[in-house]
Amino acid sequence: MLSESTSKFKNLIWPHEDDPKERLLLDPIPQEEMNQIMLKPMLKAGPGYWLLVALLAAIVLVCLFGYWFYMVRWGMGIAGIRRPVGWGVFIATFVFWIGISHSGTFVSAILRVFNAEYRRPITRAAELMTTFSLACGGLFPIIHLGRAWVVYYMIPMPNQRGLWDNFQSPLAWDLLAITTYLLSSTIYVYLPMIPDLAMARDHTTGWRHVLYKLASLGWRGLEYEWHYLHKAINILAFAIIPIMFSVHTIVSWDFAMAQQIGWRSSIFGPYFVVGAIFSGVSAVIAVLLVVRKTMNLQYFLRTEHFEALAKLVLIFSFSWAYFFFNDYLVEWYGGEWVGHQLLTLQARGPLAPFWYAMLFFNIVVPWLTLWNKKVRRSPMALFLITLGINVGMYLERFIIIPGFLQRNRLPFDWGTYSPRLPEISIALGTLALFSLLYLLASRVIPLIPVWEVLEGQLSHSRRRIGKTVVTSIAELE
Amino acid sequence: MSESKETQAGSHHWGMVIDLDKCTGCQACVIACHAENNIPTVGAAEVNLGRARHWIRVERYWDGEFPDLKARFIPIMCQQCGHAPCEPVCPVFATYHSDEENINIQVYNRCVGTRYCANNCAYVARFFNWFDPYFPEPLNEQLNPDVTVRSRGVMEKCTFCIQRIKRGEDAAKAEGRDLHDGEIQPACAQSCPPQAIVFGDFYDPESQVSQLARSKRAFQLLESLGTEPSVIYLKGGESHAE
Repeated sequence: MLSESTSKFKNLIWPHEDDPKERLLLDPIPQEEMNQIMLKPMLKAGPGYWLLVALLAAIVLVCLFGYWFYMVRWGMGIAGIRRPVGWGVFIATFVFWIGISHSGTFVSAILRVFNAEYRRPITRAAELMTTFSLACGGLFPIIHLGRAWVVYYMIPMPNQRGLWDNFQSPLAWDLLAITTYLLSSTIYVYLPMIPDLAMARDHTTGWRHVLYKLASLGWRGLEYEWHYLHKAINILAFAIIPIMFSVHTIVSWDFAMAQQIGWRSSIFGPYFVVGAIFSGVSAVIAVLLVVRKTMNLQYFLRTEHFEALAKLVLIFSFSWAYFFFNDYLVEWYGGEWVGHQLLTLQARGPLAPFWYAMLFFNIVVPWLTLWNKKVRRSPMALFLITLGINVGMYLERFIIIPGFLQRNRLPFDWGTYSPRLPEISIALGTLALFSLLYLLASRVIPLIPVWEVLEGQLSHSRRRIGKTVVTSIAELE
Repeated sequence: MSESKETQAGSHHWGMVIDLDKCTGCQACVIACHAENNIPTVGAAEVNLGRARHWIRVERYWDGEFPDLKARFIPIMCQQCGHAPCEPVCPVFATYHSDEENINIQVYNRCVGTRYCANNCAYVARFFNWFDPYFPEPLNEQLNPDVTVRSRGVMEKCTFCIQRIKRGEDAAKAEGRDLHDGEIQPACAQSCPPQAIVFGDFYDPESQVSQLARSKRAFQLLESLGTEPSVIYLKGGESHAE
């Protein structure tokens, strides 16, 4: 009787508290053991791994590059795009990948800047997703060009035509934004990796040793090295946040700057950024779940991390719904007839299946499930929900881009759009490319920043204040 | 409107006036345009897909309810906007505004094929080369040597028959005289049986187009967008009383 009431009482006082021991990994094991947990799955690659690599490489070669060269040879016409729908699956997939790329920066840089301690084990895996999804997304502006072989016309460089870029064009901004983001995110993933590469260098032999020796830039772990590294990471974490916001805002301006009804909206910038983070954080959860399962990283990636990320997903689902509602209501209330045509197209027309599926995956499912702790702590449920969110966010881009282009102010010129095999194949090809890059990286790059976890464990202590035990944090610097 | 602009020496503001009361929807302009500008026909399958390619098209709208029903026609081509939405969005200056002719120029060699201009054209006047052009026998024998045959992957649109404008200007210059009104005719205006399409220079206040544009029936297509089209339509049907 007594114990029952105490436990009730306990729940009353700390109903919100997760066990920080789990979240912050406050059950230290020897450093060497930690290194081995990380290195073991990297060094071993079974036949299943190589089979998967070969399969993905084959898909990338045939579905992505094969169809791409076929399209370059015969013309864009083999894709389903047509007048007046000039942009289709290619651009939708482009926006999708650029959206996924916000995962790394958000999870890593923003949580780092705000000293969210639970971020420590998940940063590297998320940052790598940024780099690889940018590599996939960055292909599409080239793929979708009618004359991909003269893509260098878009690069501002001295040339015999005497022409500079047209910096009035959102596409020129796009080029600059994406290359800046790719460069800065690559540096940002590389810098915190140096101590881990040095750790790998000290534990490996053969070609790996040579590789890690080169890549770790002679890291010895001296005090001034740590000092500069922390400083550099801190500067970059702050600098990359505005880049992240600007990149997806600029991507949204590709649409918002146009006169197309449904596109010219002043909230597209934040709407797209929120959507990008929504899909990005969801993708981080899905990928981390796979990584944890296949690489046996249960020590580093705890249920509590996924629960924390799932809360973020729920918050971004609310934010996305807020922007979606804003955009929808203004279009509806504004009463312009072409805008109403678009809304009809979504509610009752050919876009209806996509539209309702989008609302189901992005709003209904997260709102009904993620408030529940049990769901947030269930890997399978989380995996399915986050995959669904990415499907929903893809559908959102599909509706906005080739969906809205089907209607314009001259009813005689309305059109339809349905993707054809080459487009679908190339889009799926980049999914295979992303998986392939990640798979290869998982055997070369330590996916968990071991030194950051260690740093977190060293800086945290548990203190008893009165009758409760609290976690305290000490800045190491 | 445009004629109030100060005339610059040696420059023109080419424009069109289309009288919708006169248009019968006969499509002669469409055929003439195809022949003049080396526009390939794309075939039934591509047309069904939505890739019909006509730099000028005659749009047909139904007016009223059956049985009191009337067909209304409106020929639409690139409106050569003074403030064109297609121009700023091109990253490589493949489309830009020419100061000499005051029309919207498309440079095929510069075009990389982003199709952004087509998405941003309120008049859906731009056409993409989905494949390399194909001219079945004997159409390949009648290609116009003055006009580029566009390769796959570039954007194209009505040029106001700029090859005819240039030839007319050159001829006048060689003879040391000014161009006179009506000397230059694009293929669509030349072939229009009821002469619904009139072409000329808006900088010349006495030109036929300038005079027609002063009509009470004059309007511009989607003029609320502020694109300042160089094509003036004269309202048709019973909606006007003169």
